[in-house]
Amino acid sequence: MAVTLTPSTVPVTPARPVRDRHHRGVSRWVVLALVTLGALVMLVPFAFMLLNAFKSPGDYSSGGPLSWPTEFYTKGLRTYWTEVNFPLKFWNSAVIAGSVAVLGVAVSLLNAYALGIGRVRGRLWIVGLFLLANMLPQEALIYPLYYVAKQVGLYNTQLSVIIIFTVIQSAFGTYLLASVMGTFPRSLLEAAALDGAGKWTVLWRVVFPNLRPTLAVLLIFFFIWTWNEFLIPLVMLIDNQTQTIPVALASLQGDRLMDAPTTNAGALISLVPAILFFLIFQRTLARGITAGAEK
Amino acid sequence: MAVSETVAATPPAATPTPPAPSRRRRGRNAAYWLYLLPGAVLFLLVIGAPLVGTLYLSLTKWSGIGDPRWVGLDNYQALLQDDVFWASFRNTVWMLVAMVVVPTVLGLLLAAVLFDVIGRRFKPRTAAALRAAFYLPQVLPVVVAGIVWGWILRPDGAFNSLLDAVGLGALRHDWLGDPGTALPAVMAVMIWVQIGYPVVVFMAALQRVDPELYEAAEVDGANWLHRFRAITLPQIRPETFVVALTCTIAALKVFGPIFALTRGGPDNATNVPSYFAYYTFFKKLQVGYGSAISMVLTLIIVVVAGVFIWMQARSERRDRGF
Repeated sequence: MAVTLTPSTVPVTPARPVRDRHHRGVSRWVVLALVTLGALVMLVPFAFMLLNAFKSPGDYSSGGPLSWPTEFYTKGLRTYWTEVNFPLKFWNSAVIAGSVAVLGVAVSLLNAYALGIGRVRGRLWIVGLFLLANMLPQEALIYPLYYVAKQVGLYNTQLSVIIIFTVIQSAFGTYLLASVMGTFPRSLLEAAALDGAGKWTVLWRVVFPNLRPTLAVLLIFFFIWTWNEFLIPLVMLIDNQTQTIPVALASLQGDRLMDAPTTNAGALISLVPAILFFLIFQRTLARGITAGAEK
Repeated sequence: MAVSETVAATPPAATPTPPAPSRRRRGRNAAYWLYLLPGAVLFLLVIGAPLVGTLYLSLTKWSGIGDPRWVGLDNYQALLQDDVFWASFRNTVWMLVAMVVVPTVLGLLLAAVLFDVIGRRFKPRTAAALRAAFYLPQVLPVVVAGIVWGWILRPDGAFNSLLDAVGLGALRHDWLGDPGTALPAVMAVMIWVQIGYPVVVFMAALQRVDPELYEAAEVDGANWLHRFRAITLPQIRPETFVVALTCTIAALKVFGPIFALTRGGPDNATNVPSYFAYYTFFKKLQVGYGSAISMVLTLIIVVVAGVFIWMQARSERRDRGF
């Protein structure tokens, strides 16, 4: 069709792209302006946070939330740091999220090895069960977990939270890794088996090194997800010695210590580790998100 | 690689007993069950048994102390007559709008514009910087986001000051305290929290679409909207499914932001099933009733996830059919 039309429209053809490009030249700036405006709106709350984290309470009550601080006030930050014992809360969060990330990946790897490479009978049902388990509302598990933890003395220990999230995260990890291992080149496995390698050796010498990038992504996901978890730590961890950052911040909400500058300072400090992970792992995560989406 | 395959194939052919390999293979696969053992035990302890426990408790009346008293389906019958229960599920529908519909549609549009217009007609770095701005709220622990927004939307918070500053002081309002505005305010916060996720996933998805498709369409004179509908949407359908499913599950389960922003109030205007269940368990100490709420929520999530996965499988089959 294009061929038959070409002769009759010869004079028009060069004119149209020019007009089109000119038109697009203006509209692309409009599009850029609109999207940039949207991005700025997204950043406004962060700007509010920064503006008020370093403002004295007196300054805040006289000038309001939008005024420029008259001095660089760090007492709100220090109050939060010491009252909440932020280093301890940070350590608690890091221990829980770190242990869950490592243990969760290990359990996922073992499960997925049996399902994806071992292809045990009924594996589709088992994988489906794991996927479903990851989607369950935590409310459907929390009361029996809370009750049993109290009975066996695991209540208010980090170990209880670590065990629970290891299982919940590895449910997703098993689902993802089982489908990745399903496409693992059989020839590599057979070659190793011919060399006399047992299953354990094949797992550590052949499968593990080949899956290392995927496992790294999973490790980061588990860490961040666990770091941000709220309901189960809220129920399980009740005192200052064991609480994580989100639980500590939420339990201070409405406290008289938490004036506006302290609230903002607290939110700002809680944001810092998250942004650091984000910057460090951005590249790995972008790759991981696509890996997850394709499966 | 090919060599090892032929080598592997020869010995069974040379051995005189043909059934041996199949029996050996079954034995070999059975050994893999050992690797599933630790995961299966943990799974039963942490997910299987508690789930059955909650199901049992939902058929009892219990305050958490003493022995549960069997009441059959009474809790479920009471749920049907409970206005708070219905209100919480009505609010879930609004959460689906705020956490699934709006972010997915806006996310598709933003990702296409960032990738197609800004990434190509400007520098890719501009697109990456804008994408990071949209993604930033996703990095914030969602409870922290709730606390900051709770302060912004307070009567003396930053949002009202902003309204004053631009001359709209007449609109000053207790956004989270008024039952009429609390739900829309929470929805706006959830859109802000959620939007970055689809943008990042869809932009990654667009990278794997063959650019020649777009070039061919451009030569044919298709405008941006045509290309968006004819190429972008069908090409990234798998990712759209994943985003819609994960966002739907997240919306059905939403707890942290509600806890931090409103605790379900005022007057249940922003209550959701998961907060309702938490409150019933740990504040009202009605464990049986809380368990019934949790089981209804679980059932809904299982059905919704099943429908999604079935639809995805069907659309994949159809694609292969053509």
